[in-house]
Amino acid sequence: MKVDIILAGVGGQGILSIATVIGSAALSDGLYLKQAEVHGMSQRGGDVQSHMRISSEPIHSDLIPKGCADLIVSLEPMEALRYLPYLSKEGWIITNTVPFKNIPNYPEMSAIEAELGRLPHVIALDVDAIAAEIHSPRSANMVLLGAAASVIDLGEDLLRDGIRRIFARKGEDIVETNLNAFEAGIQFAKKRQ
Amino acid sequence: MADKQLLLGDEAVALGALHAGLSGVYAYPGTPSTEITEYIQAHPLASERAVHTDWTCNEKTAMEGALGMSYAGKRALVCMKHVGMNVCMDAFMGSAMTGANGGLVVTACDDPSMHSSQNEQDSRFLGTFAMMPVFEPSNQQEAYEMTRAAFDYSEENGIPVLMRLTTRMAHSRAVVTPREVRRQNEMHLPEHPRRWVTLPVNARVRNRELIADNVKFEEDACNSPFNRLTDGPDHSLGIVACGIAYNYLMENFPDGCPYPVLKVSQYPFPCRLANELAAMAGKILVLEEGQPLIEKRMRGVFPTKVEVHGRLDGTVVRDGELTPDEVRKALGMEAHPSYPASQVVVPRPPALCQGCGHRDFYTALNNVLKKDYPTAQVFSDIGCYTLGYMAPLNAINTCVEMGASFTMAQGAAYSGVWPAVAVLGDSTFTHSGMTGLLDAVNAKANVVLCISDNLTTGMTGGQDSAGTGRIEAICEGLGVEKEHIRTIVPLPKNYPDMEKVIREEIEYNGVSVIVSRRECIQTLRRHAKK
Ligand SMILES: Cc1ncc(C[n+]2csc(CCOP(=O)(O)OP(=O)(O)O)c2C)c(N)n1
Ligand code: SF4
Repeated sequence: MKVDIILAGVGGQGILSIATVIGSAALSDGLYLKQAEVHGMSQRGGDVQSHMRISSEPIHSDLIPKGCADLIVSLEPMEALRYLPYLSKEGWIITNTVPFKNIPNYPEMSAIEAELGRLPHVIALDVDAIAAEIHSPRSANMVLLGAAASVIDLGEDLLRDGIRRIFARKGEDIVETNLNAFEAGIQFAKKRQ
Repeated sequence: MADKQLLLGDEAVALGALHAGLSGVYAYPGTPSTEITEYIQAHPLASERAVHTDWTCNEKTAMEGALGMSYAGKRALVCMKHVGMNVCMDAFMGSAMTGANGGLVVTACDDPSMHSSQNEQDSRFLGTFAMMPVFEPSNQQEAYEMTRAAFDYSEENGIPVLMRLTTRMAHSRAVVTPREVRRQNEMHLPEHPRRWVTLPVNARVRNRELIADNVKFEEDACNSPFNRLTDGPDHSLGIVACGIAYNYLMENFPDGCPYPVLKVSQYPFPCRLANELAAMAGKILVLEEGQPLIEKRMRGVFPTKVEVHGRLDGTVVRDGELTPDEVRKALGMEAHPSYPASQVVVPRPPALCQGCGHRDFYTALNNVLKKDYPTAQVFSDIGCYTLGYMAPLNAINTCVEMGASFTMAQGAAYSGVWPAVAVLGDSTFTHSGMTGLLDAVNAKANVVLCISDNLTTGMTGGQDSAGTGRIEAICEGLGVEKEHIRTIVPLPKNYPDMEKVIREEIEYNGVSVIVSRRECIQTLRRHAKK
């Protein structure tokens, strides 16, 4: 098995929390993993991305080659498109639809939607609204992970265990909230298909 | 101990050092090196063994502190970003002459593509320059193993070792399997006391020793388990792959590389192995992250029978970080099919946080300068506040290297620039602003020197800042007149007061220091959570 994921967002949105859960799931399954992160300057509200590679065979490069990512998981719609050259022709984009506008020349939403609409495999959802609906506004990232779960190919249970391990320190309530958010994401993706 | 751990390259170096019996890490923060020290600071073994982990004022004091620990026979690690090497260069060069007693490893993290830096300098040059061995890991497990090996090598050969990481190596995670923990060294003084007094009479002797030792270092590199010459069926090309470039090469050959490959992770450059490679293939491709150090060395000046390709002849992109795609292109392989870049996407540069005190300071400064002093020049420095350059603030004219603001303002003022204003942060002030301030006092320069004090080292993630709580006292101690050390609180409601202070100090003919103090909101948030 082999899956190459680009996680995208804006500095401060917390894309690494998603990476940590996937990483924990992959490790518990004895898989190889490499995860290139962004630290430093760009964290000040700039664009951030993480290349996450999981495989049953040893992995060489820390970076995903262009045209080879199986999915782009993004907390922000324009940021999802930034990494388009990395996406494989059969790859998936799973993105939040809520724009993060901290620049004066943010493009028209209609242009972003049109571009996403031209791609074959896109799941776009308002993760903030879904998280609010289930009364866990701070678990929007796990909603997004849920929506991506079927494409990630690690098995939903492995990811659930990952969530339990990562959030265990913060108490049972937080674990439950995040698991609920994850389920809501899974349900959204299912309904859509 | 055999527990697998998911570690950043930086963390693998940190754990390797701890397990090698480290007694002290000496470091000043800087991307992408910061996580080495932070990992050690948080590790239970560090407190259990009373490992020194305090941040130092700058890279020079770090290098010197570690050299003192090595003198005393214990194992010390120095960490910094690549440009930190420039700051510690005097001590670094000196340490090649003294040699090491306790194992001494200097880790420099280079930043090709300048993700968070002002240049692309390649620290391997500095190892060569100082005649020191250089270790350059290609993956996280190797980073762990090499750090341990570097401490042993340093002690066995009485020489500091330079570890070179690049951004991808430093900031990428993979599984590392650690080994047993070694004991720490007991204190013991050097066997060669003369080396440690670098008077010419001793240094001349030591220099010849070091030159002779380099023959051994190179032979060691040829026999190193970290360097490897592998044959392949296709001799139309031979490849030299240094450090992390090896991974990008192998990524393109999932079933094994068809060409002979020399993997290089330990320097001096293993010339004997390179000659063996050249005997296999008359055409060589050099893949190295950073500047073309090895390529230049192999190419030389005069024509040779062996063709050498790399960054210099355009086979490999001339600057910036290597990627699997760039290496693929250099190998003459077709790119994977992919989508073109989206035309909708616009850049999203980093910016000062909303509510940051630097914003309010610059707003007040702009209000004064743009209106009443159009000839003013603002010499700034390196930190979050450098982002004051971006629109709409457009508040600064220069940013060069840490400390340059206070001193450049003096040169410009002497040449007739008025008002000459300088702006730096509190950590930059204690890193290398204090000596420049003493210059200003001695020269009675007509400058307004501003310290935008957010009580932390913001840009690198909020490490403690060396002068917190003592900034005004330091300025007074250095001789600034008390009535011209002015403290303001950068908040919108204070703009009128702030502007008044700025105006008064511009009008004063002499050295003024304005301390604009409000805690970084990111640090504040973290402190509130605790
Ligand atoms: C020689 C050198 N060492 C380290 C760095 C990394 N670095 C860049 S900005 C910075 C922190 C500056 O802190 P401060 O002056 O307090 O400003 P702040 O970021 O908090 O606004 C550091 C450590 C560097 N650029 N150059
Ligand atoms: S991290 Fe702190 S100092 Fe840096 S921009 Fe944000 S608030 Fe300002």
